[in-house]
Amino acid sequence: MTVKPMTSKEVTKKIFNKEVLFILDVRNEGDFQDWKIEGENFEYLNIPYFDLLDGVEEILEQIPSDKEILVVCAKEGSSIMVAEMLSEAGLTVSYLQGGMKAWSEHLEPVKVGDLKGGGEIYQFVRIGKGCLSYMVVSNGEAALIDATRMTDIYLDYAASIGARITHVFDTHLHADHISGGRVIAEKTNATYWLPPKDAAEVTFEYSPLEGGGDVKIGETMINIHALYSPGHTVGSTSFIVDENFLLSGDILFIDSIGRPDLAGMAEDWVADLRESLYKRYRELSEELIVLPAHFMIIEELNEDGSVSEKLGTLFAKNHGLNIEDENDFRKLVTDNLPPQPNAYQEIRETNMGKINPDVEKQREMEIGPNRCAVR
Amino acid sequence: MNVDKVLDAKGLACPMPIVKTKKAINELEAGQVLEIHTTDKGAKNDLSAWAKSGGHDLLKHEEENSVLKFWIKKG
Repeated sequence: MTVKPMTSKEVTKKIFNKEVLFILDVRNEGDFQDWKIEGENFEYLNIPYFDLLDGVEEILEQIPSDKEILVVCAKEGSSIMVAEMLSEAGLTVSYLQGGMKAWSEHLEPVKVGDLKGGGEIYQFVRIGKGCLSYMVVSNGEAALIDATRMTDIYLDYAASIGARITHVFDTHLHADHISGGRVIAEKTNATYWLPPKDAAEVTFEYSPLEGGGDVKIGETMINIHALYSPGHTVGSTSFIVDENFLLSGDILFIDSIGRPDLAGMAEDWVADLRESLYKRYRELSEELIVLPAHFMIIEELNEDGSVSEKLGTLFAKNHGLNIEDENDFRKLVTDNLPPQPNAYQEIRETNMGKINPDVEKQREMEIGPNRCAVR
Repeated sequence: MNVDKVLDAKGLACPMPIVKTKKAINELEAGQVLEIHTTDKGAKNDLSAWAKSGGHDLLKHEEENSVLKFWIKKG
């Protein structure tokens, strides 16, 4: 019997709709524990494919008969093998098309709001890795913020809504994923903006993004106001779009805050991080809708799959914004940090233009969750 | 090192390197050493986990011009 592929897009819909799914993950135990497909109503069984080469009889009773079953592996080959064995044993199962490699690269566009003068803002949810990027569209022009290396997805999307990409921004020099900003800017002749303090070592031309600067998108003059907010990196810059949306980069997330150590400067940047979160952000309107560059846990997703919350709500509920004592804050963001993202040094060097790994190598560097936050 | 058998699994995608390794190991006696060549990057974690669960010894591994080489002693 042939087994059916399930696409990353179909799995994403199941996460957004909180559907039930039983995942048989046949990667090795270490890879599974490090990083897996997360869904609120997903159940898991991890048995490495190499323990199933002689047959699946021994695991049949661990697989439910009343739930949809998805077999997952790194690149899909092993999951097809195991899915076929299960199918021969009489089960109806699917495998994840392209495996975790495709899962890591899937982007799901979700509209997060309308702009006052006409136009929209879209969030591209990289569901497998927790990265969020944005497209601001106004009157046939578009700006991209924190774009991933899957550049065709943005280019195709912009074309599908009839918008021309004119400005590309990175809120900071990323350490967890490879930026698509420079490539998109080259392909579209857009201006590529980077905070100069993060760009000291870059090998390419860029426009320096300084706090206080404004960039206009479209004829209706959608304002992108830059706000210097160091702490995750020394150059980290937030944006206020249309006086309504706060794009917080890797400084503030929904249920966590940025970590200051990924450029090796934790102790030096703690004070900056606190200043950005506890002073600069406090001066902003609590009505602003926070749109971060990451989510860490699936519970941070809203009903429609988007990730956003009012700044006032975060001041009330986000633990990282409610630590009175400076020493306690210092401890939170420097002690007991989660492991650093896979290959984060090489990723930083790639984003600086110092090294140019091929696509296969880039995929490998980005394997795993983003880990840019502390809770 | 005394190598009893060499397995060329270059160009093969997962799960084939492990499928072939398992077959080759079955043909060896306990204590004999199998040398494996593969270009599948995922093989590194999988081979060491497989060897461990099967009671075999991964003696060493190295990378040479994007070819991964492993030496496994049958347990």
